[in-house]
Amino acid sequence: MVTAITFYIFATILVGSAIMVVFSKNPVHSVLFLILAFFNAAGLFVLLGAEFVAMILVIVYVGAVAVMFLFVVMMLDINFTELRKGVQDYLPIGLLIGFILLAEMVIIAGGWTMTDGIATAMTTATPPASEVTNTDAIGRVLYTDYIFLFQLAGLILLVAMIGAIVLTHRKRDGVKKQNIGDQVRRRRSDAYEAVDVKPGSGI
Amino acid sequence: MGKYLDIFVGWFGYRLDDWALLTFGTILNILVVVLPVLLAVAMIVWVDRKVWAAIHLRKGPNIVGPFGLLQSFADGLKVFLKETIIPAGANKFLFLLAPALSLIFGLVGWAVIPFGEGVVISDLNVGILYLFAVSSLAVYGIIIAGWASNSRYAFLGAMRSAAQMVSYEVSIGFVLVCVLMCVGSLNLTDVVLAQKNVLFGVNGYFFSGLFPMFIIFFISALAETNRTPFDLPEAEEEIVAGFQIEYSSMSMALFYLGEYANIILMCGMMSILFFGGWLPPFDWEPLYAVPGVIWLFTKMFFFFFCFAWVKMTVPRYRYDQLMRLGWKVFLPISLVWVVLTSGYLVFFGRLAS
Repeated sequence: MVTAITFYIFATILVGSAIMVVFSKNPVHSVLFLILAFFNAAGLFVLLGAEFVAMILVIVYVGAVAVMFLFVVMMLDINFTELRKGVQDYLPIGLLIGFILLAEMVIIAGGWTMTDGIATAMTTATPPASEVTNTDAIGRVLYTDYIFLFQLAGLILLVAMIGAIVLTHRKRDGVKKQNIGDQVRRRRSDAYEAVDVKPGSGI
Repeated sequence: MGKYLDIFVGWFGYRLDDWALLTFGTILNILVVVLPVLLAVAMIVWVDRKVWAAIHLRKGPNIVGPFGLLQSFADGLKVFLKETIIPAGANKFLFLLAPALSLIFGLVGWAVIPFGEGVVISDLNVGILYLFAVSSLAVYGIIIAGWASNSRYAFLGAMRSAAQMVSYEVSIGFVLVCVLMCVGSLNLTDVVLAQKNVLFGVNGYFFSGLFPMFIIFFISALAETNRTPFDLPEAEEEIVAGFQIEYSSMSMALFYLGEYANIILMCGMMSILFFGGWLPPFDWEPLYAVPGVIWLFTKMFFFFFCFAWVKMTVPRYRYDQLMRLGWKVFLPISLVWVVLTSGYLVFFGRLAS
């Protein structure tokens, strides 16, 4: 009963804040609602007993990605009324994509319930929750059966990162840069010299 | 924590409804931890000011109460009586939410800090991840404050804070990975127990392998809690107190409470992850006569002293140097250390299954 009540609380706030992400006028409010949505999704994961995924969701999405979103949205002074002008033009495409997503979700859910033996396959794939924590369980599967996919995902992220740096990095001339190594290596004798100057004569 | 429940069953003489008892017990547990933490924050502010004063060869607060011990409470009372000014053009809701958030994120981390074997509000089996998540959330109080204040200085402070915290979290993450590989568990009680039979809680591979990681963790903790030399978000001389420029009275005091609660939490993390938490420094029987909480608090107090010491000793980092330290020094070192530690553990077969 408690689980059901908490589920409905989390789920309602999740859906509500997801709607507000789209509909709020101020982009910063949108991002803040997005963060609320992430939190509630993490709460739902905890209810499922998937505390590892919940914590990773909070660390990665709330702790890093959403901070970057906020950073960008606050820095760029976006005029959203200007952006909203073209809404009517994009509506058909948006609806189409939404419809495709919905259809795919229905297909997944349908396949899930109708396939024979998926319930037993699911329970036998991992050891029971009482024996190992789900952190262990994920590790055992991820680093054995799915190691190639895991590495591939990492590789794609690496390529994306390098690509972003290559595209945005430009060399500029005439920029003064600090060389910490040089500064640390600098000794007193490099910059300072004591000269005994005789009176009446220069150096 | 069934202990408290039993005590209450004894007091009332009959069993309350399980539901009510559970709720009541949980709230009681939370209060048993949170109230001392808030009291500790008040006292640690006094300690902080005394340490600074000693370094300056001053006396520090010594008027209110014996040795000035009640100074923080006097300050709190004063702050209560002041007016909360909300600037015109500020986003009122977010402006008032931000200080509350920063205090809340300073307090929720205490839920998983073990004060002894089994003495913990929630013995999560992902305790380290929880602490990491909570410490990475602390930035929201500052960002929201900076944006909602509708002030350029506050905004600059918020931007600095966002970039700084995200950068240093990366190296903190790798440090935590090193620790949990040596322990083989994400549970904080297990982390402490793994350091038993070990000198200062950091001997064996703990000392030799993880001591450099402790140094990185300490410096990153300074950056995460916006303490000098990384207090750029509030830098008085450049951006006049940064994100808290528009805050007055209790809303400003909440920022301070949150900051100090976070600092003590970080001290607790350091004692638990690297110095054996509630275990005595040597594995010697008579030392166990001292309650574990005393050992934990002694270790935390020592690290807090280091925080205060650093604050009065080193000048502030420049922003580009801060970024360089985070990304070009700490990140590569901790990343290499993760590889070395895992290699060591695998090679010598010490990897916990």
